[in-house]
Amino acid sequence: MFVIQFRFMKKIACFLLIFLPACLMAQITISGKVSDKKNPIHGASITLKDTYDGATTDSLGRFSFRTFEKGEFTLAVSSVGYKPFEEKITVGKNNLSFDFILKEEITEMKAVVVTAGTFEASDKKRAGVVLNSIDIVTTASANADVTQALKTLPGAQQVGETEGLFVRGGTAAETKIFIDGTLVNKFFYSASPNVSGYGRFSPFLFRGTVFSTGGYSALYGQALSAAVILESIDLPERTTANLGISVLGVDAGYQFLNKKKTASWGFDYNYTNLGLAFLVIKQKQNYFIYPGINEGHVNFRFKTSKTGMLKYYSNYSHSIFGFREPSIDSVGYLNLFKLKNFFVYQNLAWKESLGPNWKLNAGLSYTRNSDDIDSRLQNSDRGDVSFFKNFRAKPRGNYLNAKLVIERKLRNLSAIRFGSEYNFSRDEATFSDYSGNKYNYTLKENMNALFAESDIYITNGLAAKLGTRLEHSSLFNKNNIAPRISLAYKTGKSAQASVAYGIFYEDPETKYLPTANALIFMKATHYIAQYMVQNNQRVFRAEAYYKKYENLVKTGFVYRRDGVAINNNGSGDAKGLEFFWRDKKTLKYLDYWISYTYLDTKRDFLNFPYAITPNFAAKHNASIVIKSFALPIKTGFNLSYTYSSGRPYYNIMWDANSSKYFFADRGMIPDYHNVSFSVNYIPTIGKQNAKSFAVYVLSVNNILNIKQTYGYQYSYSGSRKEAIVPPARMFVFIGAFLSFGTDRTQDAINNNL
Amino acid sequence: MKKISFAFVAVFFASTIFAQMSDKFTSAMQSKLALMDSAKDANSLKDLSAAFERIADAEKTQWLPYYYAALCNVNAGNIAMTGSGTVSMGNNSDKTDPLADKSEELLNKAEALSKDNSEIFIVKKMIATLRLMGDPMNRYMTYGPEGAQALETAKKLNPDNPRAFVLEGLDKFYTPEQFGGSKEEAKKLFEQALQKYASFKPESNIHPNWGKNLVDDMLAQMK
Repeated sequence: MFVIQFRFMKKIACFLLIFLPACLMAQITISGKVSDKKNPIHGASITLKDTYDGATTDSLGRFSFRTFEKGEFTLAVSSVGYKPFEEKITVGKNNLSFDFILKEEITEMKAVVVTAGTFEASDKKRAGVVLNSIDIVTTASANADVTQALKTLPGAQQVGETEGLFVRGGTAAETKIFIDGTLVNKFFYSASPNVSGYGRFSPFLFRGTVFSTGGYSALYGQALSAAVILESIDLPERTTANLGISVLGVDAGYQFLNKKKTASWGFDYNYTNLGLAFLVIKQKQNYFIYPGINEGHVNFRFKTSKTGMLKYYSNYSHSIFGFREPSIDSVGYLNLFKLKNFFVYQNLAWKESLGPNWKLNAGLSYTRNSDDIDSRLQNSDRGDVSFFKNFRAKPRGNYLNAKLVIERKLRNLSAIRFGSEYNFSRDEATFSDYSGNKYNYTLKENMNALFAESDIYITNGLAAKLGTRLEHSSLFNKNNIAPRISLAYKTGKSAQASVAYGIFYEDPETKYLPTANALIFMKATHYIAQYMVQNNQRVFRAEAYYKKYENLVKTGFVYRRDGVAINNNGSGDAKGLEFFWRDKKTLKYLDYWISYTYLDTKRDFLNFPYAITPNFAAKHNASIVIKSFALPIKTGFNLSYTYSSGRPYYNIMWDANSSKYFFADRGMIPDYHNVSFSVNYIPTIGKQNAKSFAVYVLSVNNILNIKQTYGYQYSYSGSRKEAIVPPARMFVFIGAFLSFGTDRTQDAINNNL
Repeated sequence: MKKISFAFVAVFFASTIFAQMSDKFTSAMQSKLALMDSAKDANSLKDLSAAFERIADAEKTQWLPYYYAALCNVNAGNIAMTGSGTVSMGNNSDKTDPLADKSEELLNKAEALSKDNSEIFIVKKMIATLRLMGDPMNRYMTYGPEGAQALETAKKLNPDNPRAFVLEGLDKFYTPEQFGGSKEEAKKLFEQALQKYASFKPESNIHPNWGKNLVDDMLAQMK
């Protein structure tokens, strides 16, 4: 019986053979190897398409699998970081063997980045020299100020008597600041002479900070030395209310996020008054109006589409202060200085994807700034004294900036970008001198720019950025063309070398523009070479550069007025070497960076008799910034030390006989040291679903109370000289900042209604 | 007689083969799922993920293989992170991010085939946690709420999904106490998960039904 059945089965099998050959033929084995040109690829996936069959390669790149399938198939090979590969094969009776060689795919994770001159600190996955908002507020010497934090990076000078960033031998006016692509005018609060004003914009407004100390992209212009590129935050994570109290003032705000997380709006108001702090910390000046600032912010942001976002931010502020200090010109007399400022800034930014490979970025900003400055001499009874230095000035500025950038993505991360920028400015001022004579001026400038740039990735290890910028100034009726080139080459797994070259133009500073003499663009040429090693949590960067200045403004003594621009015959150069090291990895809970800047620069500009090292350039600058967040006690400790070697100082006077400037005095200021310390206590950190979030801050600037000298000022005659020092040696800040997530409260209210 | 039986047998054979063809998916899935229980290292999980992806790409309309491919990948990421035995803070994002990316890509494909699926939100939560652990100091503000939201959605879609309680329990267990972690609360959640497992009936024998062993291990560890 069994035998019969067996025979019978055999017959059926023969029958089935005709229709179902696969059933009875043996399976075959498909095997082989996958490699890039040199090394085997581990973990590559091999798939016989439209079947379940396939395998993954082992550590030697080998694979093998068996299949019952027969016929024409596609064999697909893929591995992360490589271009997928497919081959048509015929599966027949015999085993098959393949040798696949995959080509590396150019990916953001692996590709070199063109970085010469740039400290990029964006929220991209690539961990670079990142200075995000938390990094800025935890830099002890920075007092939560963006530019103060950037001063701890190589390239910037420790200039404390004026606001702004003095980069690589350049003046503060040579560094421009951009928010979402558009130029920001009047980034800093108006301050009194010899005191540096703080930035008006909170670091928490920005998610990314790029500090480019040279060789930057053709998208940015009107800056000879450096560009600070700030990218504003998108939608907030939740609805919150904020409250802050500190020794300097109060602030309160509300930020709403809709349920669908597609739109948000918010506002906040703060009032700052330095009176309380000045009562405790003795100031050099004697204030009759303590510095007070009323400031409001309004914002809204919404998604215009799945990929698009429109953002609006505005800032209104009104500030005032007034003080008296002993006059340097007349012994026993006082100099009164009073300043009122009104400031409005509005910024609208729009980004949108226009199809799969096209992207649009547009920005529009408007700034209005008006100052009212009163400076006069008073006797010891505070009675006004007629003095030729007395003046009142009311400068008003209106600025409109617009920018459009269109980006087209090409294959392999490559891209082209092009667009246009328009900067309008109208500066007008009335100036009354001691005898009541009034002078008015109005300056209008329309700057139009066109730019185009392309990122070219040749391989993962070689990339280039080529760009050109064209500018037209209506004020000079002149054009300029500024080419920019940079190259990056990967020298090892996490090491790369890059070079950059570029030409940069800038209008002379507004204060030199009211002149009868025809002026032209100032010009700088950058040559930069960089070497960088970067792995996940450590960065080392070394950079050398040479910068050549041409067409700098020269000033002279014209019609009894000093400091009038006469021509663009100034020139200069700067060369230097910079090192940077940041390590977040070696020690647990510890993040630190060290930067060193060597600068050798000379220039002949303004009233310099000949080319000299300017008073804002120190040969050596160094910073150490240490941050440690002790998780168990939820407290952050931040320490920073900055050092700057002595800078030269000059008293340059006009000799009427020879009609030439000469040095009435010169020398070197002492070295600068600053040790600052801050503690942040965050009791709710990491608590899930915490309803409130609090940060308590204590910070002490110049904790060792070291005397810091920024330079010297002279009486009119040159016979008296006084050190320019910070208004107070040491400064202490104490504050509490609370944030309440109102998500849940809102839900509870809704549920109970 | 012979002829009749021949025809009968032929029909029988053919129907078996057809049944086998529609069953090919189920049996392939079952064999891979059996391997999943024994896969303990990152490489074998990655291999399995690739195998599930092959099934998914061939089938085109089944969310389960994409789901398991994503799950294997995120588990491989968890192993890569804890490979040295201890969870080290913030130094693994270079290893774990590519796995999280891949896992998300696979899960998106699963979600495209099966919307509002509680199990898919469970893996979403796991991916958010994996990203968070890559660099907790800088990421907890982003991926903490993102993960919490995914878990909430998973619960809303299926309040009886035991895996939601498992993940919540693991969060509570591994979060240091000063940050709101609690071993006691974790234990309660694990016990709640056990109750849910007792009544949980997967839709089929290839639908998600994992996690009970993990809870048993955790509870044993806490005794």
